[in-house]
Amino acid sequence: MTTKSVAVVAELATEVKVSVRNLDMIFQTDGKSVSVLERISLDIREGEFVCLLGPSGCGKSTLLNILAGFLRPTSGEVTIQGEPVRGPDPRRIFVFQERGVFPWLTVEGNIGFGLFKLPKEERAARVAYYIKMVGLEGFEQAYPSELSGGMKQRLEVARALAVNPDVLFLDEPFGALDSITRLLMRGELLRIWETERKTILFVTHDIEESVQLADRVVVMSARPATIRRVVDIDIPHPRDLSSRRYIELRDGIFEEIGLAHKV
Amino acid sequence: MKDREAVILPLLAAGVLLTGWHFSVVWTHTQIFPSPVDVVRGLAELMHKGLLGSYTRDSLYRVSAGYSLAVILGVPIGIILGWYELPAITVNPLIQMMRPISPLAWMPLSVIWFGVSDLAPIFLIFLGAFFPIVVSTMNSVRNVPPMYVQAGRNFGLSPAALFRRVIFPAILPRVLSGLRIALGIAWIVLVAAEMIAVDSGLGYLIIDSRNAGKRYDLVVAGMFLIGIIGLCLDLLVRRTEKLRSVRWGFRTE
Repeated sequence: MTTKSVAVVAELATEVKVSVRNLDMIFQTDGKSVSVLERISLDIREGEFVCLLGPSGCGKSTLLNILAGFLRPTSGEVTIQGEPVRGPDPRRIFVFQERGVFPWLTVEGNIGFGLFKLPKEERAARVAYYIKMVGLEGFEQAYPSELSGGMKQRLEVARALAVNPDVLFLDEPFGALDSITRLLMRGELLRIWETERKTILFVTHDIEESVQLADRVVVMSARPATIRRVVDIDIPHPRDLSSRRYIELRDGIFEEIGLAHKV
Repeated sequence: MKDREAVILPLLAAGVLLTGWHFSVVWTHTQIFPSPVDVVRGLAELMHKGLLGSYTRDSLYRVSAGYSLAVILGVPIGIILGWYELPAITVNPLIQMMRPISPLAWMPLSVIWFGVSDLAPIFLIFLGAFFPIVVSTMNSVRNVPPMYVQAGRNFGLSPAALFRRVIFPAILPRVLSGLRIALGIAWIVLVAAEMIAVDSGLGYLIIDSRNAGKRYDLVVAGMFLIGIIGLCLDLLVRRTEKLRSVRWGFRTE
């Protein structure tokens, strides 16, 4: 098994995009301090698809919020391309579950939301391009309340992609979808990732999902979250979900988390 | 089908009520309650004297003045209190204490301050509408899902653009609901406010008809007018809820 130990420093073959060093996060609630993240160190390469995998409430979303600049860590440092993260930035877009789309704007309005600096024609062209990419043609003038959950999710991804960010943060983006739509969305996301080659950080608590999508899976422990192991998923896309290697890697993670793989 | 029912059924209910009202007055030979026919005659008399138009106009003027003032001051104050924690902590207890004081309790003071003029009822109407507008606007800002604000910041919006493009559209449906409720309150306060300090308007009509000759037909005519105009105002304000940019906030369709 080609799993590596904690705090893996990436090979220098490709450029390191996101670098996390000795990150601690302690929340103060009702006079008590709760340690949420402990000594997180991690390097993510340019164009890499990394899944942060851990049990619900372990702090992986907190980590993602710190990386996106929405939260400040108690100690430690996050740098993106050598620059310390000081706040949210349009070069790195956070995708919520579909709940992040603006209900008062149409599909077009949502996708064009971040393009306010572009001239009108260019904005229209960009919007049309991403509507096509996520397959929302014919719904340009529709409002989110008229869309299905999967369509809203694609809309939010399109809104993020439209501003051409280097990094996408996805926080359990498919968690609210039914299992069939979720499977389709994973395929869509991989297709988009292969054309756009963004660096993607994807938070999930679904082991299968992480092994299907990621180049590397960062397995986190329950709170306070530490990195238990980083697993390289060395299977080329499209992945055969019944291949021996897939099952081997998946079961390895099940074991790592301490779950008997039985129902 | 639904549309027709929505017109026919209320008309039917009104018809039943009017018939019941008419015959109960006729059968009991009561002297202290007018029949619908008396009320219609009273309305005709008012129209003939030219009072119907002028009283309605005066009442509408006072409500618009007091209510507009409440909107112009209440919405921005509500937004500030919803957004900034420190001012909210500072003045919220004060607002919550002022709110349950009926505007009518201010009557004696407003007469002293404003004398016999339009200002006294305008002030009372303002008070009646102001606090509900402040509170509902404040709550609407507090209830903006944090994700919308985060997304706005993520796309690099300046604070002004964040307000214009995220906060404002996000609170609009709830603010409109609050404005609608406040308009109802303003209209209710009007009647009582016009019972003092003024000698025109629908509230004055009611109190004057009783004092000068116990004209209960005119009292009920005044009540009827207030009800009808209140209904029209509400229907008018409800139309704003159908606008495409706020419809998402109203899940009643």
